[in-house]
Amino acid sequence: MAELDIDTRAAKLGIDWSQVNLDSIQLPPGENFGIESDDEGVYHDDQLEFDTGFGNIIVVDNLPVVPKTKFEKLENVLKKIYSQLGAIKEKGLWMPVDPNTGMTLGYCFIEFNTPQEAQNAKEKTHGYKLDKSHIFAVNMFDDFDRLMNVKEEWEAPQTKPYVPGENLQKWLTDEKARDQLVTRSGPDTEVFWNDARQKNTELVHKRSYWTESYVQWSPLGTYLVTLHKQGAAVWGGADTFTRLMRYQHNMVKLVDFSPGEKYLVTYHSQEPSNPRDASKVEIKVFDVRTGRMMRDFKGSADEFSIGGPGGVAGASWPVFRWAGGKDDKYFAKLSKNTISVYETETFGLIDKKSIKVDNVVDICWSPTDSILSLFVPEQGGGNQPAKVALVQIPSKVELRQKNLFSVSDCKMYWQSSGEYLAVKVDRYTKTKKSTYSGFELFRIKERDIPIEVLELDNKNDKIIAFAWEPKGHRFAVIHGDQPRPDVSFYTMKTTQHGGRVTKLGTLKAKQANALFWSPTGKYIILAGLKNFNGQLEFFNVDELETMATTEHFMATDIEWDPTGRYVATAVTSVHEMENGFTIWSFNGKLLYRNLKDHFFQLAWRPRPPSFLSPEKEEEIAKNLKKYSKKYELEDQDVSLLLSEQDREKRKALKEEWEKWVKQWKSLHEEEKLARQNLRDGEISDEEEEEDEAKEVKEVEFEDVIDVTEEVVQE
Amino acid sequence: MRPILMKGHERPLTFLRYNRDGDMLFSCAKDHTPTLWYADNGERHGTYRGHNGAVWCCDVSRDSSRLITGSADQTAKLWDVKTGQQLFSFKFSSPARSVDFSVGDKLAVITTDPFMEHTSAIHVKRIADDPQDQVGDSVLVLENPEGRKRINRAVWGPLNQTIVSGGEDAVLRIWDAETGKLLKETDKEVGHKQTITSLCKSADDSHFITGSLDKTAKACLWDMRTLTLIKTYTSGVPVNAVSLSPLLDHVVIGGGQDASAVTTTDHRAGKFEAKFYDKILQEEIGGVKGHFGPINALAFNPDGRSFSSGGEDGYVRLHHFDSDYFNIKI
Repeated sequence: MAELDIDTRAAKLGIDWSQVNLDSIQLPPGENFGIESDDEGVYHDDQLEFDTGFGNIIVVDNLPVVPKTKFEKLENVLKKIYSQLGAIKEKGLWMPVDPNTGMTLGYCFIEFNTPQEAQNAKEKTHGYKLDKSHIFAVNMFDDFDRLMNVKEEWEAPQTKPYVPGENLQKWLTDEKARDQLVTRSGPDTEVFWNDARQKNTELVHKRSYWTESYVQWSPLGTYLVTLHKQGAAVWGGADTFTRLMRYQHNMVKLVDFSPGEKYLVTYHSQEPSNPRDASKVEIKVFDVRTGRMMRDFKGSADEFSIGGPGGVAGASWPVFRWAGGKDDKYFAKLSKNTISVYETETFGLIDKKSIKVDNVVDICWSPTDSILSLFVPEQGGGNQPAKVALVQIPSKVELRQKNLFSVSDCKMYWQSSGEYLAVKVDRYTKTKKSTYSGFELFRIKERDIPIEVLELDNKNDKIIAFAWEPKGHRFAVIHGDQPRPDVSFYTMKTTQHGGRVTKLGTLKAKQANALFWSPTGKYIILAGLKNFNGQLEFFNVDELETMATTEHFMATDIEWDPTGRYVATAVTSVHEMENGFTIWSFNGKLLYRNLKDHFFQLAWRPRPPSFLSPEKEEEIAKNLKKYSKKYELEDQDVSLLLSEQDREKRKALKEEWEKWVKQWKSLHEEEKLARQNLRDGEISDEEEEEDEAKEVKEVEFEDVIDVTEEVVQE
Repeated sequence: MRPILMKGHERPLTFLRYNRDGDMLFSCAKDHTPTLWYADNGERHGTYRGHNGAVWCCDVSRDSSRLITGSADQTAKLWDVKTGQQLFSFKFSSPARSVDFSVGDKLAVITTDPFMEHTSAIHVKRIADDPQDQVGDSVLVLENPEGRKRINRAVWGPLNQTIVSGGEDAVLRIWDAETGKLLKETDKEVGHKQTITSLCKSADDSHFITGSLDKTAKACLWDMRTLTLIKTYTSGVPVNAVSLSPLLDHVVIGGGQDASAVTTTDHRAGKFEAKFYDKILQEEIGGVKGHFGPINALAFNPDGRSFSSGGEDGYVRLHHFDSDYFNIKI
């Protein structure tokens, strides 16, 4: 009531408002004179939902038809079943009775407190077998209307005419067989062709503010995903990048594709308002092509990490690890004492049960098979040994396991075709004061999965980096002490001893702390990033020889193109100076540089695996000379064309300049007199310039004489 | 090409200037004493004592008789080149940043920094033939529209009709030298994005080049009358100094990482290199390394056969080109 209203009302009733002491007025209990309290409205809303909605009522059909005598017994049975699934409202179970016969009608209504409980009860008891002839048919009360309206006759759904989609793989058909790469710098995200022949990039698509955090290629290169406030989006297409699908997920932070790029996993975490609480995590799994959300996972960050308190804030990404291969059948999540493996058919747990493994800290999928390797550290102060095990999914059979003693840490490295698993084991020395490292090598594809133990020549060497040769049998290790560690190469297969790991060689004292194998194997870059300021050594492992040693000063990132022909090294914006990227050939020849300020990211567009069989590939490698001829010719043509174009461009520039200078010269001529006046009649400068030019010529001649004199002296 | 190291300054170099004959090199540094060197062998000829602050800039008259210097002690001084005597001192209420003689040496343009309540300004002074008649009054004072931003360089346009200025606001302006009217200024989109640090005219005054600290650190070539951007040379680092070869179609750009960041990073990160570019093709030809601090000053000998660079390291490096330099083909 407005104050004015109150005053007029009081005047009408003859009350002197100023005399009234409001505090002294007492209302009769339970009476509110129709004045609503602020929070009463909220209460009412709740009430409304309870009264009118039938969302919390289920209808249970196919009950036994019973006479009055057995009514109570049946009622009790039903109450017993359903009260387990949710709180039944008072008088919430109603079983109608035929007034003529006194028999029940074979169905009942049950009202729960909340629609969620009702939904749950419906799902759980639909198809429940009370006995052989009575199988429950449970429906939501609200669904009845909808179900009644279903037409009796089946109507054939209209077939939509087929609209051919864009060829999402068109970039693979590039005539010059170039590869694409995406870069982010400043506000711009750009996709380029790496045109190594032209020694430059060719722009495919450029867009400012394309993404709000970063971009990522899908594993087979079909899509480029961008992140936005509202969710993620994928881009691709034949000629340019168009948006193919959006995935709604507010404030998405991270994304991950399944290896066959069928599914997209998005991650969002909410910082808690109270710093002692764990942050909230929401993960959604989308079908990439349809954009349908397949499943979402919510919970506190603790459920998605094993670190516990003191561990990483939030979860370590990717939370869900996908089983290898293109089928995208399984994905696993590691949480405290359990490994949850989901299958994508139902998006539920396999066998509806997680795998219980006490204290498991790390899991790793084989890149090609559905084999999971897991690591359990020592427990009970060393009474229970540490364990590395291989588990077959979905059977959950343990294929192989190895107990390890006095272990401080383990790291698992799968070889890219899933043939080998290397486990780097850090063990305590006897004094427990320091650790030393060794390797356990599993041969997955051989019978019984034999395990081999490998120790470095110098057991005390620290292991700085380890990398398998992609698709190959070799691996490289950087070991020893900084700043000049050694690099060793080993092979799992040699002609002399077939099934034994053998050392190929060691390079002493290299400035390297990271290993980058070419995706086709054979070549490796020994890189000294960070402290080493971007030292690069291009190494041929077949010949065990260095092809080139160079440097990309301050380089932070190194990435091979998917074909192994080129390497991109980049200085990202962690440094202020010289941001940008450089493209090298596989053997360490600098091809071109591209400087960009505020350079954030570089990523090659992956290629799907080749359809050629290994035999065919080998054959091509053997007859490379034959195949390469054609391309060499092309290269030559291009370089000729390039120099031709260059010449013409230069000519044009020169002509333009000359024209401009000529124009100026005429102006200068006109002003000659005025200038002379300004200088009190001193000679004009043109003449002098000519003099100077002459002088210069003489001087050049002198220089030449100087040179010959020196020769004589020698 | 073996450089001659000229060690005479105790503080970072700020400016270098050859006389018209190319036999003398004047250097300015933050150590208060402009110095005169023989441009041929790099021997020190003498110094000009009298300033009480960093000397930012200098210019020498066509007949090599007068030297004008601008200093942070809020004066610009006229000197007798031969005797080293101070002839006159123009007093300002803020540091003098740049000085330039007009054609005929009858006028000088001096820019002053913003300081306390004073905004940056461009002063035009008349230079008397006889130093006895010299007065300190300004013929013309131009107020910078962006008064709190420094003007780093102002030079005379053709026939002394215009004055070209550039500074911290990254805008180049052309003023009418008679009326003081602003005739033209560069478009933000086309021009530099950050402080213009240096400006150098071509030998025939037809164009000039500017260096800037902007992200791409480019030097631009401008048509002197229309103020149109003709060429851009991209350097990876902030540019402090630029110069045009009077002989060949070359430009030289110097600079490097900001001096305050030098000690925190590897020496190779600095790029303290004088880079040569082809003026027409805008392609890099080569670089001359040697300084261990950013390059602050560059100057070509008027004969185009040598150039000198001055660095934050306090050295002047005098380079006589090898004969190979004159036969560079790209």
